[in-house]
Parts: sequence; structure tokens; C-alpha cells
Amino acid sequence: MKINDILEECKLKLITGNGDREIKGFYACDLLSWAISHANEGDLWITVMNNINILAVASLVDVACIVIPEDIEIPSVLIEKAEEREVTLLSTPMQAAELIIKAHELSKNLS
Amino acid sequence: MSNQAITLHYDIDAVDFSAAGEASSGVKRTLNQLGVNPAVVKRIAIAMYEAEINAIIHAGGGAADVEITPERVEVKISDNGPGIPDLEKAMTAGWSTASETVRELGFGAGMGLPNMKRYTDDMKVESKVGEGTVVTLIVNINS
Repeated sequence: MKINDILEECKLKLITGNGDREIKGFYACDLLSWAISHANEGDLWITVMNNINILAVASLVDVACIVIPEDIEIPSVLIEKAEEREVTLLSTPMQAAELIIKAHELSKNLS
Repeated sequence: MSNQAITLHYDIDAVDFSAAGEASSGVKRTLNQLGVNPAVVKRIAIAMYEAEINAIIHAGGGAADVEITPERVEVKISDNGPGIPDLEKAMTAGWSTASETVRELGFGAGMGLPNMKRYTDDMKVESKVGEGTVVTLIVNINS
């Protein structure tokens, strides 16, 4: 399943990067030290954190993308740095659990 | 990979907290270019990132010295910060002295040193209160 496959149904707005990458799993956590040791490569990572440190975690773990849920504001500096570091960043009005449940339903239809 | 050791040096600048991760990202890139197993690269990058963040949070920055040989990667993160008074406590998962501001940024979960231990084959912490801390992280490339 690619990011593009769930864009519409999960109300995802692409802020930086593209939706071509494969999603291998889902991960939701806001403590960065926890996320960095438990998220997996290729995960769609959901976090309410909107500071620039999430980009370092994303690129070190090599997640597929970061999703900032619940329409949380995304500072322009985060967008700039995400572009620079080639991290795919998305936003959604959904809550983390809502998004994961929806995406899981979609993945069943795809396979 | 040639038999010669590759050494890298980075200054860890604390002025820009948001730049944290530049040293570990740089090492990750180098190791990827050298064709090191991605799982091993990830372990080094994560352990080093934690050490880098610690140097910024607790010591106002420091330096990273990295030595890469065909057998292993050794990362030495040194700072001139306040030092760690009780190392045993500091190694306990969940124990943290990070400030409220740092916690608001998603750090200070008390996972830094435990993560470093978890992801390395060998780890050494030398610390003197009032003088600083040196954390040495070793990961075997063929582990």
C-alpha cells in the first residue's frame, strides 16, 4: 500500500515530498526517544509533535512519512526543513487511531 | 571497504537545538555509502543521535569523534557539561533530569542512555561532576 492509496480516504494533505512510497506499517508515538527506538523503517508515523526534531527521528529511522494529525498547525520552518531533508510530511484532520483504523480497512480492500 | 580507518569529527552546536541529529545523520550517510548493513547503520545512528541530544540538552553542546574500521564503528561524544552525579540512576529507563522545555519538544523520557546501551555492542560512560562527560559507543559491523 502506498501513501497515495490512502490520501483521499484518510483526508491526508501532502505538505512536502510525494506519496509514492510504500507504507510497511503504522506507528503512533510522541516521545521522540521512544519513537526512535520502536518505529520501523517504512512506517507511517503519526505524531502531534510539530517541532523540527521529528525530522531527525524520521530520517534516522527512515519512516515512509510523518503524519501530523488533528489539523495541528505546521510551522513554516518545519516545512522548509522537511523539504531540505527530503522527509515526506502530511497533515490530516483525523485523530491517530481513526486514521490507523481507516487505513487498515483500506489495506484489506487493496490486497 | 579499505583497511584504513576513517575518522570523522563533528562539533555539536547547542545554539540551534533543531539542528540536533546532523552529526548522526552525517555518520549514517557515510556508513550507507560504505555499504554497511542497514540494520547496523540504524543502531549506530540511533545510539549516536541519543548521545548528541544529551550533549545538547545537558551540556550545551560538545563534540563527536567517529572512527570507522572494517570491523567496527566507535563513536565518542564528549562535552564539558555538569557531569552525571549518579550514573546508575541515569542508566535507569524513565529517569530524567530534562527541563520542562525539553520535555515539550518530545525528549526527556529517560530513554537516552538506555537506548544507547540497547543499540550498541559496547558502551562506556566516563563522567566527572563539574567537568564533563564522555560517552563511547561501539557497534561491531558484523554483529
